[in-house]
Amino acid sequence: MKTPAQTKGIAAAFGVSVLSSIGLAVVYVQGGQTQLEGLLLGLALGGISVGLVMWAKHLMSEGEVVEAREVVPLQTDEREEVAEAYEHGAEEIGRRTFLSKWLAGALGALGLAALFPIRSLGVGPEDSLFHTAWRPGTRLVKADGRPVRPSELPPNGVLTVFPENHTHDADSQTMVIRLPTGDQIPGPDEFSAEGLVAFSKICTHAGCPVGLYQTQTRQLFCPCHQSAFDVLEHAKPVSGPATRPLPQLPLGVDNEGFVIATSDYPEPVGPGFWDRGRG
Amino acid sequence: MVRKVVTWVDDRLGASRFTRDVLAKVFPDHWSFLLGEIALYCFVILVLTGVFLSFFFEPSVAESVYRGEYEPLQGVVVSDAYRSVMDLSFEVRAGMVMRQIHHWAALVFLAAIVVHLVRIFFTGAYRRPREINWMIGLTLLTLAMFNGFTGYSLPDDLLSGTGLRIAYSIALSIPVIGTWMAFLVFGGEFPAEQIINRLFVIHIFIIPVLIAGLLTAHMALIWRQKHTQFPGGRRREENVVGERLWPTYAAKSMGLFFGVFGILALLGGLVQINPIWLYGPFKPAQVPSPAQPDWYMGWLEGALRLFPAWEITTFGYEIPNPFFPAVLLPGITFTLLYLWPFLEAFFTSDHKPHHLLDRPRDRPMRTALGTATLSFYFILFAAASNDLLAKWLRVPVENVVVAYQILAFALPLATGLGTYLIAKSLTKREAEPPGAAPETARTS
Ligand code: FES
Repeated sequence: MKTPAQTKGIAAAFGVSVLSSIGLAVVYVQGGQTQLEGLLLGLALGGISVGLVMWAKHLMSEGEVVEAREVVPLQTDEREEVAEAYEHGAEEIGRRTFLSKWLAGALGALGLAALFPIRSLGVGPEDSLFHTAWRPGTRLVKADGRPVRPSELPPNGVLTVFPENHTHDADSQTMVIRLPTGDQIPGPDEFSAEGLVAFSKICTHAGCPVGLYQTQTRQLFCPCHQSAFDVLEHAKPVSGPATRPLPQLPLGVDNEGFVIATSDYPEPVGPGFWDRGRG
Repeated sequence: MVRKVVTWVDDRLGASRFTRDVLAKVFPDHWSFLLGEIALYCFVILVLTGVFLSFFFEPSVAESVYRGEYEPLQGVVVSDAYRSVMDLSFEVRAGMVMRQIHHWAALVFLAAIVVHLVRIFFTGAYRRPREINWMIGLTLLTLAMFNGFTGYSLPDDLLSGTGLRIAYSIALSIPVIGTWMAFLVFGGEFPAEQIINRLFVIHIFIIPVLIAGLLTAHMALIWRQKHTQFPGGRRREENVVGERLWPTYAAKSMGLFFGVFGILALLGGLVQINPIWLYGPFKPAQVPSPAQPDWYMGWLEGALRLFPAWEITTFGYEIPNPFFPAVLLPGITFTLLYLWPFLEAFFTSDHKPHHLLDRPRDRPMRTALGTATLSFYFILFAAASNDLLAKWLRVPVENVVVAYQILAFALPLATGLGTYLIAKSLTKREAEPPGAAPETARTS
């Protein structure tokens, strides 16, 4: 022990740790409290840390030590032996081309067969990316399952809707909007019903819900990467990284006066994919 | 006692000479050599806290009505995954502190790896014979990023659900195999039921095992090749100068472990992180706004935000927009990083082994490339919160995007050039006769 002061400091650090650990146990037994647990655990660990580092710094250090290092690899002659040992064995295998071809064939076939279980991981995409749950005559319902009447939406009102009985279907989510009178209704005439228009709520960029409708500019806005879609221009993207308009859902009203879809979306909804044009 | 143990072991394993060398092994000392150790200790802490968490987590999206302690969510329909993390946070004693230490440790783990990588780059520590360890280190970085992402996706909250949806769309954007890949990874069309369980297996088993294995290899190579050191003093290419493993280096390193753990415990207890009760459970038609991912995903998020509205459509096939910023950019980034030691050796025709580190100023070209690259990724990272900046500055977000798009090219040029000139002038000043002025002062 060089200086008593340093020894005392180190002992104090370990002492803080002991007290904190006791405190930690007490807090836990008393029912626990997140902040105190973090604080006491931090002090318990920190005490040991400070103690150890001070001890190593002040009392252990034997100063610099120099150790030699092999700069050039020293086993150069053994390389030849390695190569020879390998070749010696490989020669036997290589000589029997007939057998080694069969071995390669067997391993290859096994490897291919072993890939098949990957298919079990999930259903194939088939046509699922080209369709949603909307069918001709499907009612629009809110998240709680209640159907929608055209009169529910005031001018500039918006509503997130799903196909009836499919309120969990992520790719069918749709925004219904009533544009204020005087606005040019976008899209083909038969796509709107009593002044309502509906667009897919899935961003064509990376699939986030296009959650915000800005009444001033009549724009739908995606909070993920800030794409904006102009509803008056059949929801074509006007800023941000999205490249394609939000597909429009054709609307109608059934004889009970509820809003329905008159068919599925005419094109795939959501982000792009390789063979999207196939549909 | 010690002698008895040594004798017993040596009788059976004959490991005495090896153990003697281990204890006497010399490690060079420099603060920047601790970065890798910090990462290592974060991993240990992640495993310790993670094992605790895994006892309580339920990887299922089956739904039930929340009836737990957290009042504002009473009666809300949530998945088992979300509910189990809520219970872990509010009902399991010490659960909250464990969860928050775990999350903080993940953030610091990634930070330590990245800063460590930067240190290795600027000092040229990847040069022959250490190219293999450079590549192992990069692999560890990618694995750590994946594991961070899979980890924060597990609670099935609104924020992480949004991240998963974007990840699915990115997978979908890959040419030819994208749709199949997305469906096989997620188990069907998003949001497929299996995904939480799969992420759980990946997060607590597959990637941790890979990380543990590669970490072991990483350290074995350091052991075999011996640590690099800065020139100066008695330090030469053919020696290692420092402290012996036993006891000094071991004590300091253990001190570092306890220190890192202590700071993470303080953070985990005192600084709230990933409050999933504020985000709420994942609902497909909702999205949190503003939404920022964990910091190490920021560069990808920023790239998605900055990449212009452009994609390729030919012959009825398309390569959608997210492919370029979110698949191609990381692909190029990591390919160049993996190849870097060989590229540099090729361009500088320096194929010799190096055990002494470079000072950044002595390699102005490399240092300039490094700072330029860093500033490019920094702009991407900053762009991930462009919506917050736009709000704060009260300007349209489009303007912020344009500003960042310009900066993404201008800033790297400026920092690269600036770095080069500064490095040159620093070395030039050193090359002048030392202390010219004091000398004239003395003679007069
Ligand atoms: S997902 Fe909407 S802008 Fe990216």
